Amino acid sequence: MGRYILKRLLWMIPVVLGVTILVFSIMYLIPGDPAKMMLSPEATPEEVEAKREELGLNDPYLVRLGKFLGGIIFHFDFGDSWVYNQPVTKELVSRFPRTFTIAAICIGLQIVIGIPLGIIAAVNQNGLGDRISMFIALFGISLPNFWIALMLILFFSVRLGWLPPFGIGGIKYYILPCIANAFPGIATQARQTRSSMLEVIRSDYITTARAKGMSETQILLKHALPNALLPVITIIGNGMGMLLAGTVVIESIFSIPGIGMYLVGGINSRDYNIVQSSVIFLALAFTFIMLLVDLAYAFIDPRIKAQFARKHKRSQHA
Amino acid sequence: MTKEGSSFLAVNDLVVEYTSEGSVIHAVNGVSFSLDRGKTFGLVGETGAGKTSIAKSILRILPDPPAKIRRGEIILDGEDLLKLEEKAMRKIRGRKVSMIFQDPMTALNPIMKVGKQIAEVIKLHNKVTNKQADAEAARMLELVGIPADRFNEFPHQFSGGMKQRVIIAMALACKPELLLADEPTTALDVTIQAQVLEMINKLKRDLDTSMIMISHNLGVVAEICDDLAVIYAGEVLELGSKEAIFDRAAHPYTRGLFAAVPTLDEEKDRLMPISGLPPDPSNLPSGCHFHPRCPLADEACKHEKIALREIERGHYCRCVKVSAMES
Amino acid sequence: MLDSSELVATPKSVKKQSQLAVVLRRLAKNPSAVIGLVVVVLLVLMAVFAPLIAPYPYDKQNLLNTRKAPSSEHIMGTDELGRDIFSRIVYGSRYSLSIGFLAVLFSNIIGMTLGALAGYFGGLVDDIIMRLIDIIQSIPGILLAIAISVVLGPGFINTLLALGFGAITMACRLMRASVLGIRHHEFLEAAVSNNASTFRIITRHVIPNSFAPVLVGATMSIGNVIMSAAMLSFIGLGIQPPTPEWGAMISGGRALIRSCPWMVTFPGIFIMLTVLAFNMLGDGLRDALDPKLKK
Repeated sequence: MGRYILKRLLWMIPVVLGVTILVFSIMYLIPGDPAKMMLSPEATPEEVEAKREELGLNDPYLVRLGKFLGGIIFHFDFGDSWVYNQPVTKELVSRFPRTFTIAAICIGLQIVIGIPLGIIAAVNQNGLGDRISMFIALFGISLPNFWIALMLILFFSVRLGWLPPFGIGGIKYYILPCIANAFPGIATQARQTRSSMLEVIRSDYITTARAKGMSETQILLKHALPNALLPVITIIGNGMGMLLAGTVVIESIFSIPGIGMYLVGGINSRDYNIVQSSVIFLALAFTFIMLLVDLAYAFIDPRIKAQFARKHKRSQHA
Repeated sequence: MTKEGSSFLAVNDLVVEYTSEGSVIHAVNGVSFSLDRGKTFGLVGETGAGKTSIAKSILRILPDPPAKIRRGEIILDGEDLLKLEEKAMRKIRGRKVSMIFQDPMTALNPIMKVGKQIAEVIKLHNKVTNKQADAEAARMLELVGIPADRFNEFPHQFSGGMKQRVIIAMALACKPELLLADEPTTALDVTIQAQVLEMINKLKRDLDTSMIMISHNLGVVAEICDDLAVIYAGEVLELGSKEAIFDRAAHPYTRGLFAAVPTLDEEKDRLMPISGLPPDPSNLPSGCHFHPRCPLADEACKHEKIALREIERGHYCRCVKVSAMES
Repeated sequence: MLDSSELVATPKSVKKQSQLAVVLRRLAKNPSAVIGLVVVVLLVLMAVFAPLIAPYPYDKQNLLNTRKAPSSEHIMGTDELGRDIFSRIVYGSRYSLSIGFLAVLFSNIIGMTLGALAGYFGGLVDDIIMRLIDIIQSIPGILLAIAISVVLGPGFINTLLALGFGAITMACRLMRASVLGIRHHEFLEAAVSNNASTFRIITRHVIPNSFAPVLVGATMSIGNVIMSAAMLSFIGLGIQPPTPEWGAMISGGRALIRSCPWMVTFPGIFIMLTVLAFNMLGDGLRDALDPKLKK
């Protein structure tokens, strides 16, 4: 068990490095001169050159990569915004709670609504409830979240005037963004829970349980659900990635000053360090969430847990 | 073909069908046999002949849909199981009748401690505390030759043979009166097969349990059964005491089965396999279902439905050529 | 136990139907898959014959007739420049569909090659490829697409590459899994013992046998790519106005959602219809290829 955790933790190092290097290298290829962009249009070539030198843009690729990586790893510093000349890290850190709150609420909705829907559908396979909920789920995964967001605004804000169309404030301001962002996730969760559950229901050990004389309810609660929910944990981790990425467009629609809106702002003002840093920051947040999910999985699934316990025991016997 | 009304278990004219993508699969087509208390009955036949469906019908654990029991009765101790309420049936499963499954690799819940899986069935059918159930489960583990301190381990920590022992312990935990053993040794290594078989036989004798042994292996049947039926395409082709069938096999199919078994004492140049493949159960041949593969088949066999006939006392055969075959 | 001449002699095994025929027959029995297929075909026809279907040229402005609600003349209304929204949607299907197909084709060619190599050779090759895939997958797909499109700039080909890159991972994983699944099959060993070249083994045996899961994955990812392409356009990357891309149309209508909701609603409905059709078809294909999942 300890070995698994250690292995999983060690794997974080290449992932963090790999993600950072990959995104940095992609963004390195960007055409145009950031130094020019940061100065006023009337700046002389000498001024631009001085700026380039100041930003280290004249350094070779590897030096720039090393500086960027070093900044993140040793000081958690993503550098400065090109346009506003402000530290990006400060913005990211202060904005992250809002983005995370939305993603967390959405994952909550996904679990509370998606999983039961999937279970009910699987238990009534091919029944009316199954067909209706899976049809809705199919729509759910086919709707772009930004369009859902606009339709929700159109209906609940413009037509009915119940909820604010944008901004931040109380809980009211979170309702529409969270519904829009969570909808595809709920649908995905319901579909995958259903298929995981169907696979389990057909397993031989469910027949064994039936042959023991257990009632269908007992079988469901004691044998089917625990087995079906294990793979579902992984879906939740992946869902968190989708949701974090989904906030990019949701935040800019609802004018919620989180990382997503910061990122889109960076795209529009061509402030590519903001884009680069936001993408890396969100990706790293996602890898840490996946780490937690994997560790949780290892604690829950006896097959992984015992894999290491057994080795321990064998060495005792030997 | 049932001997008397008084037998412990009587299966009469059982018909089971599966529906798959619009076509009907005739898995069991009017099977009848009976079993006396304490005896062992063998169901022998190739894979897909309908043996497992018969056993699952007795427990009523066929997956419905797609499977449906269309007709027949299964009388256990004077009670037709097919007419019981589901709730009453649940009291029979695991207690009065229990089953050992074919594939020990998949028959255990992978994320539940093996001890708990045994304790579960004990708790379900007896008024005991969790602690008592655990203690009894541990005793059952010992009984099948697994140290009780492995109670808290998970199935994947066990070998195939060990898993099958756990399943046997689970099946016998409530001292059932009837044990259905569905190819209990097929998935195991040859070296383990004999051990497991011997253990089942011994425990069955100790607990005075009646048993139905399903196997495609004549050796297994010879070792354990008192009576047996040869099943083909969901029908009984031949039924009788072990001695009658082993010494005086009448049906060409049964004879083919014996001819396909290599023996040490009888020097044969070549095994005599039955040619062809088992029939497609969604499209059974007309007449005698065995005729396409039968060396003795003639025109009549292709068209006539053939009845099971008593050819000697207690020995039944479904073949019109039987008399022609007496040697 | 049986020799082959006996197998041939039995009536049952007379000429097995090709797997494709079986799959198609099953697919035809699944109403939802058939609807999906029909809608996909209709959309493709709409894209091909756009000039015949669209009542107006997609870029024809009419400044006297701007922001008109749907009417018999303009069934989906007009936008802020008086262009007919229905005509723009009809032409827009060209972009969405071709990006969907081409990006998935691109990602599958690369992904399947990588996956086949990883699965077939195993060992170090497998390790390197799969760790790379792991790292790419640690970046949520749409963020990766955003980063790439920022670099490549707007435009059709650039969007296609940006979206295709992220989809490589799934194709690679599916292919690798299928190759691993069949790697130890006897027919492969037979091919190896017959001295068939590695390339021949991969193209003749491995790829055809891995086709099913990859096909299902590809159908599903077409829907995803179309949705992501619309989203890129929406946030100002990808294909940009005045090109009548659906996401870009929604983005353009967004500021006017209070007064002219039709500018946002109709392009969105078409995105949904298209993605839904591909998902229905993908679900149907999955069930047809692996019927035990459905029963």
